[in-house]
Amino acid sequence: MIQDDKDKHIDEFSGIETTGHEWDGIKELNNPSPRWWVWLFIVTIVWAIGYWYVYPAWPTFSGDGFRGGTQGRINWTQYKQLEESQNEILSRRAENLEQFQKNSIEDVMKHPQLFAFAVAGGKSAFKENCAGCHGSGAAGARGYPNLNDDDWLWGGSIENIYLTIKYGIRTDNPKTRASTMPSFKGMQEEDLKQIAAYVMSLSKGWRYTAEGKTKYEQMCLFCHGQDGVGNPSLGAANISDSIWLHVEDSNPGIVSQIENPKHGVMPAWEGRLDDATIKQLAIYVHSLGGGE
Amino acid sequence: MFITLGIYYLAPWVRWDRGFNAPDQAILIDIPNSRAYFFFIEIWPQEVYYITGLLIIAAVGLFFVTSLFGRAWCGYICPQTVWTDLFVWVERIFQGDRQKRMKLDQSSLSFNKFWRKLATHLTWIFIGLITGGAWVFYYNDAPTLMSQILNFDVPWSVTGWIIALTGSTYLLAGFGREQVCNYMCPYARFQSAMFDEKSLIICYDESRGEPRSPFKKGTSWQGRGHCIDCKICVHVCPAGIDIRNGLQMECIACGMCIDACNNVMDKLSLPRGLVRYDTELNQKLLEKNREKKINIWRKRTIFYLSILLITSSIMFYGLNSRSPIELHVLHDRNPMFVQLKAHKIRNGYDIKILNKTHEDKVYALTVSGLERAEIKVLGAGNISPENLKVFADSVGHFRVFLTSYKQEHLRQNLTFYVEDVKTKIIQQKNSIFVSGKE
Repeated sequence: MIQDDKDKHIDEFSGIETTGHEWDGIKELNNPSPRWWVWLFIVTIVWAIGYWYVYPAWPTFSGDGFRGGTQGRINWTQYKQLEESQNEILSRRAENLEQFQKNSIEDVMKHPQLFAFAVAGGKSAFKENCAGCHGSGAAGARGYPNLNDDDWLWGGSIENIYLTIKYGIRTDNPKTRASTMPSFKGMQEEDLKQIAAYVMSLSKGWRYTAEGKTKYEQMCLFCHGQDGVGNPSLGAANISDSIWLHVEDSNPGIVSQIENPKHGVMPAWEGRLDDATIKQLAIYVHSLGGGE
Repeated sequence: MFITLGIYYLAPWVRWDRGFNAPDQAILIDIPNSRAYFFFIEIWPQEVYYITGLLIIAAVGLFFVTSLFGRAWCGYICPQTVWTDLFVWVERIFQGDRQKRMKLDQSSLSFNKFWRKLATHLTWIFIGLITGGAWVFYYNDAPTLMSQILNFDVPWSVTGWIIALTGSTYLLAGFGREQVCNYMCPYARFQSAMFDEKSLIICYDESRGEPRSPFKKGTSWQGRGHCIDCKICVHVCPAGIDIRNGLQMECIACGMCIDACNNVMDKLSLPRGLVRYDTELNQKLLEKNREKKINIWRKRTIFYLSILLITSSIMFYGLNSRSPIELHVLHDRNPMFVQLKAHKIRNGYDIKILNKTHEDKVYALTVSGLERAEIKVLGAGNISPENLKVFADSVGHFRVFLTSYKQEHLRQNLTFYVEDVKTKIIQQKNSIFVSGKE
């Protein structure tokens, strides 16, 4: 601030110049900045100039806006650093990955290191892609199968799990596996209840009627099998166990599934995940404990 | 001074045979492999409570010694004092005694002054360098690192530490000196709290020394004190105090004034001990011409000693009963339990077995407290509950499934046992089996 001597306001108590601003009779002293502070400030400016030279600093205009920037002497960017660290991880994984891709699933299962590699990779891929429906612990929810248990609609061997992940269930993929539970809407309500009672008896040992059993054998046995053990090749559910996917294990629940069957859709991951990842996922899901 | 320095520089070179697969350095803090070795003790990072115990022992030991003998730690063992003494010693070699040094400081710059100063500082830096150098030996295999250092082939982290410790040694012992004790050191402050009037401190015997005045040969000692006011006690004091004013906060109980004054007393053919170790209580008693007494067993010292003994025995017991196996069991939380087809329930566990020995081991895992339990270990190859291999000095991580039926208690308590197949040493851990939502 350039001021004439006339404009200088001197505080009468301290003898120090004031800024001349006044708030309710209080004036601000205009002490000089501490010398050490001034020097530090200058040092930071000098530092900044060096920094601009060494590191990318100023944005530059490149047609579609301020996208680029000055490169900096050592040519370092965060993108490059990210890329380098990612490449480092990839190269660390490369050896295991190569072995993993080369070996069949059976061989992987015999090889502790490759198995651990598969489970670790599958686990992270699961959290990213599958947990949305099946839950992060793969415990599923109503309508979304629990992958921890040993009840499998389409088979629980690694090969079957692999097929399910790759081609999906009831998808557009040409190799998808699909089946439809027919609706028995229009049947007598009494008949429905008796069938449901028989189904309940299969899993819980409750009482049933001979008519119910007969109707079951006429209409359901072809897919769900004798004693309701299901048929994985048709995706027919095991209805003799204590695991229920779409409805509650109650008479009305079962009646509703016979009248208005619900079907789940498992998306196909072919083309979205590479084959090695799908293989890792299959091994991981199998390793959750219920694999056959 | 030379004893403590000797311990510091030589300790990393002591060897201790731990057998195959383990370092043979007696004292080694192996940070990359997260192990610490101290003679027969070997601890893993999670056993850091042993270090807590060690620190408690060190702290209470310090209190105990302080309440008995005053700041004996500060005066004799504290690295700050030891290195300061070492640096002062170097200073004396190159620049002579105090008078000469003061003269040298005042004189204008000459070749004589220049080389003496330069030699002092270079020696200081050299001492700092080997101090930092010795420090890093505690964290690495000393002979290996020594050859690396001599070949200038040292990891940058080691170089950093050497430089940092060289710098701090140079600054603290060369320039900081008693300022460190006065302004930086917390122990100096709270050691004052350990004192009572029965602690041994450095005292000037006022009743004998006063009234002080310069002494001329041939005059009588009648009607005057034994202190000749030569101020040698002030000059030698590393903390820069006058002990004749009584005990002061800065006093580190190094006893240099005692030695200096005794020399003077010898020259004057007077009895030694005008400045001496004594207690405040004795000084008071002396004034009243009563018998001196030194009382070691006081409430304070007994209290410190008992804490010391209790902590040491806990440590000793802990170290003696330290098992070569450690077992960790983590019950799955997501999902808590899995309903299986045949009305069975399955629970998953993450089990870690820590093999603290230096040989590969095979362990057997069993469970009790759960009826009709099937135990299964997930893994590739030849793995089963009876055959869990864990490599030497490492952690084995296993996925374990327990399958059983719905229990009377939905949260059934159970116990896992892991047994070293060869030595039959067993370690156990409690866990739960969840068989339904509560």
